[in-house]
Amino acid sequence: MQIILDKVNYLYSSGTAYEKHAIKDTSVVINKGEFIGLIGHTGSGKSTLIQLMNGLIKPTNGNIYFNGEDIYGQGYNMKELRSKVGLVFQYPEHQLFETTIFKDVIFGPNNLGVSKVECELRAYKALAAVGIDESLFEASPFELSGGQKRRVAIAGVLAMEPEVLILDEPTAGLDPQGRDDILEQINTLHKESGITIILISHRMEDIARFAKRVLVMNKGKIEVDGLTKDVYSNTGQLEKMELDAPLITYIIKKLKEMGYDMPSDIITIEEAKREILKIIRSRK
Amino acid sequence: MDIINVDDITYEYIRRDDDGNVDSIEMALNKIKFNVRKGEFLCILGANGSGKSTLAKHINAILYPSEGTVWVDGMDTKIDKNLLNIRQTAGMVFQNPDNQIIGTIVEEDVGFGPENIGIPTDEIWTRVEESLNTVGMLDYRKHSPNKLSGGQKQRVAIAGIMAMKPKCIVLDEPTAMLDPNGRKDVLRTLKELNKREGVTIILITHHMDEAIDAEHIIVMEKGNIVMNGKPKDIFSRPEEIKKYRLDLPQVTELAYELQQEGIDMPNGILTIDDFIEELSKVV
Repeated sequence: MQIILDKVNYLYSSGTAYEKHAIKDTSVVINKGEFIGLIGHTGSGKSTLIQLMNGLIKPTNGNIYFNGEDIYGQGYNMKELRSKVGLVFQYPEHQLFETTIFKDVIFGPNNLGVSKVECELRAYKALAAVGIDESLFEASPFELSGGQKRRVAIAGVLAMEPEVLILDEPTAGLDPQGRDDILEQINTLHKESGITIILISHRMEDIARFAKRVLVMNKGKIEVDGLTKDVYSNTGQLEKMELDAPLITYIIKKLKEMGYDMPSDIITIEEAKREILKIIRSRK
Repeated sequence: MDIINVDDITYEYIRRDDDGNVDSIEMALNKIKFNVRKGEFLCILGANGSGKSTLAKHINAILYPSEGTVWVDGMDTKIDKNLLNIRQTAGMVFQNPDNQIIGTIVEEDVGFGPENIGIPTDEIWTRVEESLNTVGMLDYRKHSPNKLSGGQKQRVAIAGIMAMKPKCIVLDEPTAMLDPNGRKDVLRTLKELNKREGVTIILITHHMDEAIDAEHIIVMEKGNIVMNGKPKDIFSRPEEIKKYRLDLPQVTELAYELQQEGIDMPNGILTIDDFIEELSKVV
């Protein structure tokens, strides 16, 4: 159990007329090496939840544990927590500032007091992991395309060598190919290094493809926590929370209504193809 | 009748070094040629950096072609005295709603455009009410824009353009920063404007599902128009679509995958109903 939130509440502007109960009595356990999707419509509390996880904001009450330690316990090293739980914000490329790509990626670990040689080594590794070619290392980050910039920004977080990587809408605004590239790289990283991933996305298809477990937030609470295939096949429940299931789920639902025999927990194109082929071939 | 006529335009970015010498010339648009009919719903697709936004800015006379001519409702965008008329004829909505809203109250924001072009006060209020009604935001007229959701802000931005009574609206990835509900609202609004008010819509997007209902699609790559046709035709050419860094709508993708396995499915299936219908023929 890597991250534990225990009965956490968070109120914005507490005690004023603008008070808002953003996170309500929420408990959740994140295990090491999981790939978790975090969904919910705008304002449901997703971004607040992830900021609580790496100590950027302090819960109004309740406890948060990382690797068994209370992060608000006495003498807890908050700086280390922030390097262990890496947070990639929305549009992270807006935070690029250095003169070269390589320097930008080094900035994070350098701030943590990592030696120069180690910093450079980490930068190489991180940039390789996000597929940035060595020939670009000395280029200005501002000369890159949108997708490349975003990958450099993610490399900057990876160079801190986090144990958990939280990404808030990492593919917003990218073209389809750029989007798939980034998601594939995150997935490869997850498989090869065993890093825990928490992915926020409005694209249900992407969550369906990569995340085994999904948390659905609604009105400041984690309303559903379960296997992605179970959560997505319950289309009615999602719609109640103003979310759509992936389109594939609706096709399968319709086919089932027409009397075709197929499992209801099909959520990706790949799975749908397999099941439809089974039916077609069994009837020939 | 054409409202937009893009006639063989080329646009070059000239990069200069510190001494002002020409460093490189990049061709952002390369001999682009197409027209848009009055009342059409056109969708422009293409990877990041393919020239979509550069093209959009030409229609609104923010950029001028290096060669060739853009005609907006019969006006040449290069001629200075046409500028005001062109901007009123072809309004533009950008990606980030926060960058486009200036008023402190929704109705003031919507009234800003018509006020600037000297519309009488009574008429301004009529227009504000009409346009907010069209985008379904009339209830929020007295609200502060910064308390609205992204989708609501984007609809206010569209209302602001509508209040100028344009014949055509160009939207550059208006839904990129919105959640699924905000996207649906914006798209529904655009379709209604197009159908009911007959406004010509030019929509730039990365979301293939937004392109399905367009009348016409243009696909761009490296400053060239590489595909041009109806959604059904465009999405019937999956290999090409993928080559241009785009993807297929989910249903189309599934049908294509089945086709690859030797199942007899036609090209260009765009909706669930079409898919089910075709599938029942082969099962």
